[in-house]
Amino acid sequence: MLKINNLHASVEDKSILKGINLEVKAGEVHAIMGPNGSGKSTLASVIAGKEEYEVTDGNILLDNEDIEDLAAEERAHKGVFLSFQYPVEIPGVSVTNFMKTAINQTRKAKGLEDMPAKEMLQLIREKSELLEIDRKFLSRSLNEGFSGGEKKRNEIFQMAMLEPKLAILDETDSGLDIDALRIVANGVNKLKSKDNAVIVITHYQRLLDYIVPDFVHVLYNGKIVKSGGKELAHELEEKGYDWIKEEEDAKNN
Amino acid sequence: MSLKDKLVSSFIAFENHVDIDSKIHDIRSEAIKTFETEGFPTKKDEAWKYTSLNSVLKHDYSVFPKQENALEYNDIKKYFIHDIDTYKIVFIDGKYSSHLSETTHDGLDVCLMSAALSKPKYQLVIDNYFNKIATKDGLSSLNTAFSKEGAYIHIPKNKVVAKPIQILHFSTGNESTLLLQPRNLIVVEENAHVQIIERHQSVTDNPVLTNSVTEIAANKRAIVDYYKIQNDNKNASLIDSTFVDQKRESHVSVHTFSFGGKLTRNNLNFYQNGEHMDSTLNGVTIIGDKQHVDHNTLVHHIEPNCESHQDYKGIFNDSSTGVFNGKVIVNKEAQKTNAFQSNNNILLSDKSTINSKPQLEIFADDVKCSHGCTIGQLDESALFYMKSRGIPEKEAKGLLMYAFSNNVLKSVKIPELKQRITKIIATKLGVNIGFDL
Repeated sequence: MLKINNLHASVEDKSILKGINLEVKAGEVHAIMGPNGSGKSTLASVIAGKEEYEVTDGNILLDNEDIEDLAAEERAHKGVFLSFQYPVEIPGVSVTNFMKTAINQTRKAKGLEDMPAKEMLQLIREKSELLEIDRKFLSRSLNEGFSGGEKKRNEIFQMAMLEPKLAILDETDSGLDIDALRIVANGVNKLKSKDNAVIVITHYQRLLDYIVPDFVHVLYNGKIVKSGGKELAHELEEKGYDWIKEEEDAKNN
Repeated sequence: MSLKDKLVSSFIAFENHVDIDSKIHDIRSEAIKTFETEGFPTKKDEAWKYTSLNSVLKHDYSVFPKQENALEYNDIKKYFIHDIDTYKIVFIDGKYSSHLSETTHDGLDVCLMSAALSKPKYQLVIDNYFNKIATKDGLSSLNTAFSKEGAYIHIPKNKVVAKPIQILHFSTGNESTLLLQPRNLIVVEENAHVQIIERHQSVTDNPVLTNSVTEIAANKRAIVDYYKIQNDNKNASLIDSTFVDQKRESHVSVHTFSFGGKLTRNNLNFYQNGEHMDSTLNGVTIIGDKQHVDHNTLVHHIEPNCESHQDYKGIFNDSSTGVFNGKVIVNKEAQKTNAFQSNNNILLSDKSTINSKPQLEIFADDVKCSHGCTIGQLDESALFYMKSRGIPEKEAKGLLMYAFSNNVLKSVKIPELKQRITKIIATKLGVNIGFDL
């Protein structure tokens, strides 16, 4: 589904990603871990199409199509979803109206009519129950005054509404207490199928107890320096990242 | 001959025309003298520093329309709020159009200034209120000198007016260049409520200059909501001076929606003569091309325990320019005043300009006064967030701008009007917002 080849990316001439190779197949869950500043969020933003990042080498293929020239919204229409580490507040636009706009614009891009209001309400009801979201919450301005946990739960609610092919969860666990973490993970697990894939970006192993990955990759200094199964996450949790840094730094010297 | 000279020399002909014995003859004569001394404001006047009238005063305006012009309702229906029942006072090229209007004398007066100025039964109200609230600056004096027609609204004590009143001024442009000077008087007696929607609309591209003066008297516990829709054609200019005199425990709000015209200047003045009242001044400006909109507001807190709220939002595209000059005066006696002012602007183009100038003159020591002004671009991170959810850039920008002005729309109390304004905003921003508003 997703194939990343030798991806180099920079922002304001500062090189951040330095040759990423990654293949994610339908039905798989991949975890990307790594110390702060290793390029995890940059990788997520580059896949989602943030314009500030310039791809200087390599490519990203989604279903064998190079998506470099596609705008963020076109990637979204093709099924890419990014759950933001820091969801943006949009005062004056309610959660419901935001989702209506997003869904209908996506449908429009696919040549479909707007979703009938009744169907939309039904979908909103179903998905908000899945994420245990209070109805009143949906008429509030998007992310405005939301707690950290509410913002993250709202991100997964949006994911549930949009049913993406490839979901990238960027530090979705940060700011969540254990109950919220369980709800969010439960939501993600329910949405998982053999036709979609999830990339979980996280600093800690905690979330991976709930969303169990098929593969774990360690990103350091703009490269994937180690890949393995879920046991790698446990190893990192025990030993921290220092041994990886030392190994890598030794190689480079 | 300059426009000023032409106007001064037209005055005698005007007075002969309207009736020299009119009881406001003295007021008019005094006003023309003031105009002769003061003239039109120039950029040397502090309050006109960022707005030059040169480009609108260069035309050779006809002061008296030579012919009567008519418009068919179907051609101008779109300018009315027609989905609800309203009273209507409609003018075409400054002349009253009875077939488009719906006035009343049944329990309240919604009628014409010309009638109020000439009929004895209105004399007391005219004596008490006419030209008592307006300032004696050059432009208002010019309007006073030529005052003849406009809306006259009198709401008696305890009357809650069930339907809104629309005041519409159309200009046909059949005269090549036209100067219009409507004069409105709105008197709301004790404990009475009224909602008014006012619109100036030219229906061709010929240059029109409107120099409008509105006096609003809100007596004890009166509630007045006044909405101004300014969405004129590109060659029409508007100078709108509105003066509000509030008595104790009254609530007055004025919303100004400025989307069109070549040059628009709003002088909005509130005088709080009493305790425990509030004044609301809200505005949304969305312009482009070379349009210019200037909001010049004054709230004068004269007595204690009152509030004022000002919230002006502006979105400026292309080479458009905006001005916000908000003055708040708090007298020494006006303790416990709460005065808030906020002016937020988005510049969409490198060539657009906004001059924002809050002026607070506070002479009391136990008050809460705040003002805030922001000037910025659209939030890039919000745009990316929306795009990543599949909302295209154009729609995302539109939604963000709609959201930006939404705070002001929230306080519009007539749902049909709110819908109409939202529609104008959506059209103006070139987007389909994507949900029912």
